[in-house]
Amino acid sequence: MSVVTLSDSTFEQEVLKSDTPVLVDFWAEWCQPCKMVRPLVHELAEEYGDKIKVTEMDVDANPQVAGQFGVMSIPTIMIFKGGKPESTMIGVQPKETFKNNIDSALAS
Amino acid sequence: MKIDKLDIEIMDLYDVIIIGSGPAGLTAATYTTRANLKTLVIGGRKWGGQLMLTTLVENYPGFPEGIQGPDLMAAMRKQAEHHGAQIIDVDFTRLQLPEQQSSGGQEDADYASDPIKITTDEDKTYSGKTVIIATGADTKWLDVPGEKEKIGRGVSSCAPCDGAFFRNKNVIVVGGGDSAMEEALVMTKYANEVTLIHRRDSFRASEIMQKRVKENPKIKIIFNTEITEILGEMKVEKVKLKTTAVRDSQFAVRKNNEDVRMSPKELGGDELIWQMPIDGIFVAVGHMPNSGMFKGIETDEKGFIKVREHTKTNIDRVFVAGDVHDATYKQAVTAAGFGCMAALEVEKFLMEQ
Repeated sequence: MSVVTLSDSTFEQEVLKSDTPVLVDFWAEWCQPCKMVRPLVHELAEEYGDKIKVTEMDVDANPQVAGQFGVMSIPTIMIFKGGKPESTMIGVQPKETFKNNIDSALAS
Repeated sequence: MKIDKLDIEIMDLYDVIIIGSGPAGLTAATYTTRANLKTLVIGGRKWGGQLMLTTLVENYPGFPEGIQGPDLMAAMRKQAEHHGAQIIDVDFTRLQLPEQQSSGGQEDADYASDPIKITTDEDKTYSGKTVIIATGADTKWLDVPGEKEKIGRGVSSCAPCDGAFFRNKNVIVVGGGDSAMEEALVMTKYANEVTLIHRRDSFRASEIMQKRVKENPKIKIIFNTEITEILGEMKVEKVKLKTTAVRDSQFAVRKNNEDVRMSPKELGGDELIWQMPIDGIFVAVGHMPNSGMFKGIETDEKGFIKVREHTKTNIDRVFVAGDVHDATYKQAVTAAGFGCMAALEVEKFLMEQ
């Protein structure tokens, strides 16, 4: 599935009200490590298909949601399930870490 | 069937596998590829090394106006790739030494049929006649209570990455070297006030960086002070500090919202434990060599790989370059130099076989 671009105004509908678990990649243009994570996030979107919704959010353009969830370092990847954050991964991580967290969100 | 397997292994055999993609690894790759050696770089998920976490690099030769750290690394990568290096952005997980060596050593080990094997986090294994370890070093954290769980929640090691989240807030930068000075200066662009805390009574940073820091009105310096605990519920809210009074020097203390200067006696002893409300802490107290994952490679007590004859480890055919063995210089340009040296030694070694 393709990666959905979020904004502060679409966050509630796309993430909190989603039926499937949602991965949110908080990033910004000036953030170098974010550029390393983005290809992985896109790979995850391909691999998991419609099992999860993969989204990304530019924190510069959309500071509200990032602030609400205490994002103070990017990249931060959060997985939401049933409208609540299920796991938070801060910084560049091996793909395995993302997969493990997605898998446990899907399993629970 | 056995023959098939051997064929595949020989096809996938690299002359050299370089682990790491900082200045050391990429410089090594440029040299080995130009020497016509089949080269694989295990670049890491976080490729590019420490310079990816910096802004302007002013002491890398050839750039009179300076160059952005990430731009320099992108250029180095492009250069290595241009000459034919294959770079994969995956993490290294395991190094398997040839059987001859681990079982006591035979003369004339046949490296083609008994290569060094490198496994990645995708569970793929690559074979190399030689290996250059260039995994560099990572941030050394303070290792105090409350720190670990607040990394990314106010505790950071990268002002250029996270600085923007601290607009108009107050932050502490910890450290006394050039990287601490740079972090403090970067943070003045965002933060309201930057407090630079150092456990000694003077900085070890270069004069030019110290001068910039001392002249910056947004930066307040506190010497002889360490963070002993980081406090806060979900994020950094406060720090506990220990200031050691050395000699008779007076130091500034914030009392009733005012900066006052007090002597150690007035403060009641040799050291003072105090608290300071703060929004962010940027840690720049040094780096730890990334050597832990190499079983069988000798290191010193701090984890730096022990180097013999400038580029060699204790294991035949495994070479080393850059900050993972260099406890002294730790510069981008020295790492690049070490990468070049290791590459030339690899080339020489393979020629002699």
